[in-house]
Amino acid sequence: MRALAPAAPRASAPAAAAPRAPAARPSVRTLAAASRLSGVEMAPPDPILGVSEAFKRSSDPNKLNLGVGAYRTEELQPLVLDVVKKAEAKMLAAGYNKEYLPIEGLDSFRKATVDLLLGADHPAIKQDRVVCIQALSGTGALRVGAAFIGKFMPGTKVFISNPTWGNHMNIFGDERVEWAKYRYFDPETVGLDFAGMTADLEAAPDGSVVLLHGCAHNPTGVDPTPEQWKAIAELCKRKGHLPFFDVAYQGFATGDLDKDAFAPRLFVDSGLEVVVAQSYSKNLGLYGERVGALNLVLADAESAKRVLSQLKRIARALWSNPPTHGARIAAEVVGDPAMFEEWKGEMAGMAGRIAKVRGELRAALEARCPEKDWSFVTKQIGMFSYTGMSPKQVDNMTNKHAVFMTRDGRISLAGLSSAKVAALADGIVDSVRNH
Amino acid sequence: MAMAGPLAAAAAARSLAAASSALAAGARAFASSSAAAAARKSWFSDVGMAPRDPILGVTEKFLADTSPDKINLGVGAYRDDSGKPVVLDCVREAERRIAGKDFMEYLPIGGLRDFVTESVKLAYGDACPDLSNVAAVQSLSGTGSCRLMAEFQRRFMPHSTVYIPVPTWSNHHSIWRDAGVPQSTYRYYKPETKGLDFEGLMEDVKAAPSGSLFLLHACAHNPTGVDPTPEQWAAISKLMAERGHFPFFDMAYQGFASGDCDKDSGAIRTFLRDGHRLGVSQSYAKNMGMYGQRIGAFSIVCDSKDEAARVESQMKLVARPMYSNPPLHGALMVKTILRDPQLKAQWFAEVRGMAERIISMRALLRRNLEQLGSQHSWKHITDQIGMFAYSGMTPEMVDTLAAKHSIYMTRNGRISMAGVNTKNVARLASAMHEVTK
Repeated sequence: MRALAPAAPRASAPAAAAPRAPAARPSVRTLAAASRLSGVEMAPPDPILGVSEAFKRSSDPNKLNLGVGAYRTEELQPLVLDVVKKAEAKMLAAGYNKEYLPIEGLDSFRKATVDLLLGADHPAIKQDRVVCIQALSGTGALRVGAAFIGKFMPGTKVFISNPTWGNHMNIFGDERVEWAKYRYFDPETVGLDFAGMTADLEAAPDGSVVLLHGCAHNPTGVDPTPEQWKAIAELCKRKGHLPFFDVAYQGFATGDLDKDAFAPRLFVDSGLEVVVAQSYSKNLGLYGERVGALNLVLADAESAKRVLSQLKRIARALWSNPPTHGARIAAEVVGDPAMFEEWKGEMAGMAGRIAKVRGELRAALEARCPEKDWSFVTKQIGMFSYTGMSPKQVDNMTNKHAVFMTRDGRISLAGLSSAKVAALADGIVDSVRNH
Repeated sequence: MAMAGPLAAAAAARSLAAASSALAAGARAFASSSAAAAARKSWFSDVGMAPRDPILGVTEKFLADTSPDKINLGVGAYRDDSGKPVVLDCVREAERRIAGKDFMEYLPIGGLRDFVTESVKLAYGDACPDLSNVAAVQSLSGTGSCRLMAEFQRRFMPHSTVYIPVPTWSNHHSIWRDAGVPQSTYRYYKPETKGLDFEGLMEDVKAAPSGSLFLLHACAHNPTGVDPTPEQWAAISKLMAERGHFPFFDMAYQGFASGDCDKDSGAIRTFLRDGHRLGVSQSYAKNMGMYGQRIGAFSIVCDSKDEAARVESQMKLVARPMYSNPPLHGALMVKTILRDPQLKAQWFAEVRGMAERIISMRALLRRNLEQLGSQHSWKHITDQIGMFAYSGMTPEMVDTLAAKHSIYMTRNGRISMAGVNTKNVARLASAMHEVTK
């Protein structure tokens, strides 16, 4: 069988191969249009996921991957939580079928998710004001939310922190929702530019959408204080803004799942309607199973019903219904008191290891380079540290020290082991001093 | 004003100021109570209730029905002869083998590579010997593949229209609409013959502007069960090539139509041999019973390895802001099955078994209707192929079946034959006879 050939005019080879065909029959291939895709250009590698690909290609024995926010053990191995293994074993024994979930997802998963977000006794739940639709992890939840905003709040702009997770802009962009940045990170203090943030949100048109990171801001690790959160909530009320929380790291900020839900709960308790995208990728380690949800807390039950119907319509044209496996795992773990307790312990363990390497890294940097202030390493929280390194310095990290990280200077502490702290500190100090 | 002079003017000014400030205070009070009222009112009070999904809404109604004999002939999910969902033995085995896998890491944006390779081989077979010319990614079942195609079309075939058959799976329209692609239709089903409107189809293919994307059902057309013959497919392929159209095959039932996977992808292979640079959506929901895993593949045949790499990179750009990377579980199971010769053979046998049960139910339903003395011809029930029978019943008849007989199907009269079994076929036939006689 001959290989596919380019669609250029050719001699009638196909006609010759089929002697029964009429002699005058032109080659179908000559009639087919020249590939209409010949102008398609190579897309750039994803700035975050591309780092892992580059890491895989490297043959340097000392290579270190601090790119994607995926938790690693001290041995730098991926981790499947014990509770997840238990839940999977239970599910295998139960022999569940593989039927379609409803468009909105697994009921027990949705209930567990809302309970995790708001606390099981929250009045909004009893009042039927909370909408929850299972989605393809945080990305999928944000996408459904963006589509909803695009469709039902036309002309509304979304305000996004500067900096933020790069995919946020792509998600809103692909739904043709206009976005703008608000000041967030202050490189001088390596902390929150609260005055800039509030000024920008104040200047935004009334009724804008404000994208907020629920905790453990990605990429900076800089979160508002409780007082600052209160002020932001008041501002949103005054301006009629719609807060849209991205909750991807519940549990990774303080190690405590409830404490990490402080901000969205505060906003709900202040009387605001909120949108919340939730992911179980990191805190339950379910990365590849794509487990998440989009939640809305609304003013009344009537609106909740109608909004859910519209979210379902959006999801139906994206994926019809969400994947079942990961949602069952999450529902088992979060819904079972004993497993939930066990999960809390494992979550605290992961957050604890990250806090430990933060401390070790800070000490190592201070020892090597005492003239610089490295306190941000332990002040920042969650998986990431925003080092402030320039793209040139980052290139040095990769080319000279085989440290793979994103070019915005973000490192994932979750990918750092105590054993590698010294080498990393060497690389950072070299890059910062000499490049 | 009666008073005159500077004192009077000052007094007037003061009272004016007082009045102004009272007015301002009143205005602020009004505004704040308005704002308070607005704050209590939902952002979303103007959002209307979306209509129930025409297909999945049927299951919702079915679930709400308390009749013990109720029959669900709505959604296309396979059932055994006892009306129970089925997990294939090869799937259970694959699931066992991958259990306790020691990682759940993110897949690449394009999915599990081995899974993708096996999928493309399954779809294209020998008709595409050089798979490096095929751009392909793992997708969220058939829906996800179609959505990727629609988004890709909007970006890289701008100003092109998608031509959708009449009728089709209702979600096709929603997918291309949400992707912002202009849509049109082409004739497909002929109610008079309950068969293919081949002349109408060919006319519409000819008339469409060159470079249109034609959505084709590779086999077991949903909802009609009416497929072109091999000769008709060959003619369609030739005409599409002449018109420079882009054929996009939605293959949701490979193996399920005839029981033979190679036969069921015959149309795709015919088009491939004719040199088309086509696209394919594959789903494992029905043929492997992996409905809930959301596992499928989306591929486009390109001119060269280089073009395939570029096209694939752009597919990933569409996927990343949609779901970042696809789910792992289903991909691992499918790969396990397709890579293991024994499991693969077992799967071929099991899918054939499902197809054969449906074929026998078609025969049984037709025979029952004929034996009841129905004056209508029910030949189409056995002529049609795949999971669905397009009964020809009207929406009103469908409503009566639901209300009076607790039998549920979509209002276009589409029956999911998978929901028919030896225990309910008699009751179904008798109810259908009653509403159609």
